[in-house]
Amino acid sequence: MIKGRAHVFPDNVDTDVIIPARYLNTQDKKELASHVMEDIDKDFVNKVKKGDVISAGWNFGCGSSREHAPIAIKEAGVSAVIAKTFARIFYRNAINIGLAIIESEEAASDIEEGDEIEINFDSGEIVNVTKDKVYRGEPFPEFIKAIIEKGGLLNYLKEGGSDGI
Amino acid sequence: MNMTMTQKILAKSGNLPYVKPGQLIMAELDMVLANDITAPVAIDEFESHGFTDIYNKEKVALIMDHFTPNKDIKAAQQCKKCRVFAKRMDITNFYDVGDMGIEHALLPERGLVKPSEVIIGADSHTCTYGALGAFSTGVGSTDMAAGMATGKAWFKVPEAIKVELTGSLNKGVVGKDVILTLIGMIGVDGALYKSLEFQGEGIKSLTMDDRLTICNMAIEAGAKNGIFPVDEVTVAYLNDKVKEPYEVMEADSDAVYSDTVKIDLGDIVPVVALPHLPSNTKPVKDAKGIKIDQVVIGSCTNGRLSDMEQAASVLKGRKVHPDVRCIVIPATQKVFKECIEKGYMNIFLDAGCVVSTPTCGPCLGGHMGVLAHGERCVATTNRNFVGRMGHHTSEIYLSGPLAAASSAVLGEIGFIDERSKDND
Repeated sequence: MIKGRAHVFPDNVDTDVIIPARYLNTQDKKELASHVMEDIDKDFVNKVKKGDVISAGWNFGCGSSREHAPIAIKEAGVSAVIAKTFARIFYRNAINIGLAIIESEEAASDIEEGDEIEINFDSGEIVNVTKDKVYRGEPFPEFIKAIIEKGGLLNYLKEGGSDGI
Repeated sequence: MNMTMTQKILAKSGNLPYVKPGQLIMAELDMVLANDITAPVAIDEFESHGFTDIYNKEKVALIMDHFTPNKDIKAAQQCKKCRVFAKRMDITNFYDVGDMGIEHALLPERGLVKPSEVIIGADSHTCTYGALGAFSTGVGSTDMAAGMATGKAWFKVPEAIKVELTGSLNKGVVGKDVILTLIGMIGVDGALYKSLEFQGEGIKSLTMDDRLTICNMAIEAGAKNGIFPVDEVTVAYLNDKVKEPYEVMEADSDAVYSDTVKIDLGDIVPVVALPHLPSNTKPVKDAKGIKIDQVVIGSCTNGRLSDMEQAASVLKGRKVHPDVRCIVIPATQKVFKECIEKGYMNIFLDAGCVVSTPTCGPCLGGHMGVLAHGERCVATTNRNFVGRMGHHTSEIYLSGPLAAASSAVLGEIGFIDERSKDND
């Protein structure tokens, strides 16, 4: 279960605005996090609090394959991203590094800035505490849940995963 | 068996007789690649999880192309990390300054990708190799680390959109115009999670460079991969590059597609994608007159020899507008050398362009042409997102090399028609 305040973003948030390439000369997670969303909302790093969630429109994380993007979001304290859809490389990367994500057009259409959100990843249920509403999200298939439970893809493989497919 | 070309390649790589869309599979990989930005993250992950060996030293490629020649101390450290790792793992395909090129131009040129292979790369434009009939797709650094360690990657078998091409391109229209037109039609998420499978009698008129450009930008429509069938053009291209035998697969005649998009290549005109999405496509003539500060001709999308030839055809005997900086970047050392041999280099220099060693630099706002506040650039690159090439108020207009070179001369967006020597 995840619980936090929502920050709302539009459609097609690309990885260049999530973490501009001028900062890709480092792998330092804290440094990456200090620039997260800088080119789309330069105050985001000051506003975001540990546990907050991002709610965005279609195609979140489109563009470059840089894993620095979900890393920067996670390291900034964001506990989960809800979006109408995710760009596919971002989707993989988020799972692989253990950033919680969930697709729900219903939730992402209705959530407003500052709403208090609870997410149950097992059931796919997203609760908007502020608006007293419940939305349906798409829960992960078992294989992906297993990767997340092991703490990411490499741990999963290390423990002999992949038989589950 | 109603499988698309992509589905058939994935079935074989997963040692399965049949796969269907949505099925999760574990595929065996023929190549795993990364660059100087994504490889360091992958190397850290690989090492911190206790992996000590790569699965096959000939099937991992590391290409130092993004922030090279090292743009600053941090970038230098990242390249050094890759270099040390490549030596320790005895990686055959390690490409450093002096030998390297932009990864997606370099690997096909070196004969390192073949039809029906399964290739992952920690770079979103890895989808380029679909032009050769391979399944290739971009992934992140963790997937790359897992691929290096195990030679495997998991995939959800994609549905496919059939892009049926008829007719042939008119003079002055190039592969970049085809893919920008398609993205304009279906949107930046029009092929999300899906394959773009190019078919139809029109494909035979497309050169291999056109196809590489088209597949390169499949990701810009959200696609998992783009793929062309293998035909005479493919075989001719592979002939002097690939020594080993390769398997050719084609879509079943009863393959199922989620959608079909029909394009008559003869209807396509030179286009430009306006800020800030590659789907904001307009005919160049409708964007005429927008003043520009910089032009970049190069990248994994349009840095091959035919792109240089197109740029040279416009710049020959002309001068770059005094208000414009025109940066030309041949994508590989081989293309660079051929530009010298064919006289393009003199044309570029006489026109007032600067010519750079191969690098991804300006495409992602790294170096070699970063934009200032409010500046406008026409680029033959692949993304025009906010801040992609520099300051977040700068603007990028994507086009093919003919329109980019024309705009460099005119000082504003436009297209010089070679037949009349007049401005369009």
